[in-house]
Amino acid sequence: MKDFPYTESKDTRSGFGVGLHELGKTNPNVVALTADLTGSLKMDAFKKDFPERFFQVGIAEANMMGLAAGMTIGGKIPFTGTFANFSTGRVYDQIRQSIAYSGKNVKICASHAGVTLGEDGATHQILEDVGMMKMLPHMCVINPCDFNQTKAATIAIADYEGPVYLRFGRPVVPNFTPADQKFEIGKAVMLNEGADVSIFATGHLVWKAILAGHILAEKGIDVEIINIHTIKPLDAQAILTSARKTRCVVTAEEHQMNGGLGDSVAQLLAREEPLPLEMVAVNDSFGESGTPDQLMEKYGLMENDIVKAVEKVLARKAK
Amino acid sequence: MSQDASLSQHSTSAPSAPQAPKSIAELKQIAAQVRRDIVRMVHAVNSGHPGGSLGCTDLLVALYFRIMKHDPSFQMDGKGEDLFFLSNGHISPVLYSVLARAGYFPVSELSTFRKLNSRLQGHPATHEHLPGIRIASGSLGQGLSVATGTAQAKKLNGDDRRVYVLMGDGELEEGQVWEAAMYAPHHKVDNLIAIVDRNGQQIDGSTDEIGGLGNLRAKFEAFGWRVLEADGNQFETLLPALEEANSLCGQGVPVMLLMDTQMGYGVDFMMGSHKWHGVAPNDEQLEKALQQLMVETYGDY
Repeated sequence: MKDFPYTESKDTRSGFGVGLHELGKTNPNVVALTADLTGSLKMDAFKKDFPERFFQVGIAEANMMGLAAGMTIGGKIPFTGTFANFSTGRVYDQIRQSIAYSGKNVKICASHAGVTLGEDGATHQILEDVGMMKMLPHMCVINPCDFNQTKAATIAIADYEGPVYLRFGRPVVPNFTPADQKFEIGKAVMLNEGADVSIFATGHLVWKAILAGHILAEKGIDVEIINIHTIKPLDAQAILTSARKTRCVVTAEEHQMNGGLGDSVAQLLAREEPLPLEMVAVNDSFGESGTPDQLMEKYGLMENDIVKAVEKVLARKAK
Repeated sequence: MSQDASLSQHSTSAPSAPQAPKSIAELKQIAAQVRRDIVRMVHAVNSGHPGGSLGCTDLLVALYFRIMKHDPSFQMDGKGEDLFFLSNGHISPVLYSVLARAGYFPVSELSTFRKLNSRLQGHPATHEHLPGIRIASGSLGQGLSVATGTAQAKKLNGDDRRVYVLMGDGELEEGQVWEAAMYAPHHKVDNLIAIVDRNGQQIDGSTDEIGGLGNLRAKFEAFGWRVLEADGNQFETLLPALEEANSLCGQGVPVMLLMDTQMGYGVDFMMGSHKWHGVAPNDEQLEKALQQLMVETYGDY
C-alpha cells in the first residue's frame, strides 16, 4: 500500500474559490453568481477582483439558475455557488428545463454537500444531489476529493461545453493530490494498485479509502483504490478493468446508497460483469446535527466501515 | 390563396435577411395569417393552446415585423440583436407561426407541430435546434429570470440591444417571477422589457377567481419597475406602448408592459372565456374560425 504524504489539510470549497479566481484571470467569459453565500463558497476573491462579473442574487436560488441559463446566451460561462441542497433539490425544475434540457453551459457549483456540513442538521445535509443530477440527460457530475483536485476540476469545467454539477464540501481534509494535476473529466485516477479487492471511492471518502487501505494492508489484504471523481460520465473502462482483475468491489461515498456512485457501479457490473459488490453509503436515512466526524461515524462512512465492507465482500468472492 | 415570398418561406429557400418594418395594414394581414396558422396547427393534432396564442398574436407580430431588430439566419448568442423569450411556452403555436413567417424556418414545417420527430415541440425547446428558440419554456415562471440574465450578458458584452420577455398573467402566481421581479430593478437591468399577457384567464377559471393577482401596476411599481399599460389586441395602442417601452430603456430601471388581451382574439366563439386555453377546434369549428380570419395576400402552410 502506497503512502500519500501531505503537508496540510484544507477544505474542498476553498479549492473551488481559488480555482474560480484563477478562471477570473484567464477567462473573461467566466461570470459568478451566488445566492447570499459568497463567503461560504469562498467566492470573495473573485468578487473583489472581478466585481463586474460577480452577481449577488440574494436568497433566490430559482432566479439564480434562470439568470445563469440566460447569461450563457451571449457567450458567458456562469458558475453558480450555493449549498448543494439549494443547488439541486430546491431548483430541480429550473435546472431541468432552463439548463439541462436547454443545453446551457452553466456550472452548478455546490458546497456543503453531505453530512460533513455538520451542526446545521438534515435540512441542509443533502445526500440525494448526485442522484438527482446524474439522472438529468447529458449532465456531467463531478465530486473531487481534496483541495487541489477541486481547484483543478473548477478550472477544467470552464473548458467543457455543457452543464456540469460540481460537488464539494465544508470540512478540512488532507490535501494529498498533486498541486499541478491536470483534471480530466470522466477519467478515473488509480491511487493504489492491488490484487484482492477494488475500492471505488469519490469525494471525501477517497481519503477514508486510503486509511482503510493501510489497515487492510496490515491484515495482508492487497487493495486497489481508484478515485472516481467523475460520477457521470462514469469511467466504465477503468472500473471494469479493475473489477475483472480483483473479482470483487466496494464503493464508498458520502451520499445515499440510492442514486449515488455505488448505484452507478452496480448498474455497470450487472450489465457487464456481475461480481460481488458492497456499498459504503448512507442507507435510506436523513442526517442530523453533530460534528462532521461524529456524523461520518454514526452514518457508517469511516475507514473502519470500508474495512468491514471489504471483509464482507471478500467473504462473498468466488474462491 | 397565393404565397407571398416576402412573408413566407418555401422549404428550399435560404433564410431571408431581416425585413423592413411593416405598416399597420400589413401587420393586420400578417396577424390574420398567423391566426389561421394557429387554429390549423392545433386542429391538425387535436391538441395545443389556441386561446392565449390568438390573444398574443398581435404582440408577436408587432415585435417580429416592426419593433425588434433581429436576424432570421439565427445565431444562438444573438449579439447585436433584440431578443424575445416566451416564458408561457404553451402558446408555442403563435411563436412558431411568427418565426416561420419571419423567415426563421420553412412555413411548411408548421405542419409538423406536436408530431413525432418534429422540431416544433409542444412547448418550445432548443433540443431539436429550431431556429429562433433560445431556451426551453413551458414549466412556468422561469422566463423572466432567463431574460434578465441575457440582458445582463448583453450589458457585459457592450451590446446595446434589448431583451423582451412575455409571461402569462396566471404565470405570475409562480414565486420565481417575484424573485426575478425583485432582482432586475435592484441590478438596474434597463435593457429589459417584460410583458404580461393580462387576459384574466387561466386553466381552472379567471385569474380573479383563482390567483387574486390584484393591482399588478402597484405591485410592479412597488418592486421598482416602470409600468406601462396597453390594449394588446389593437396595433394602434400596442405599437406606441412598445415604442414608449423602448424609449424608457437605458434609464436605470426595467420596463413592464401590462398588456390587456382577450384570450381567443379574432375567433368570436373562442373569446371571453378560459374554455379555449388548451382545447383544439373540431372540423366544423375550424371552418368557422377560418371564415373569420380571411387574408388577401398571404397563404396557408
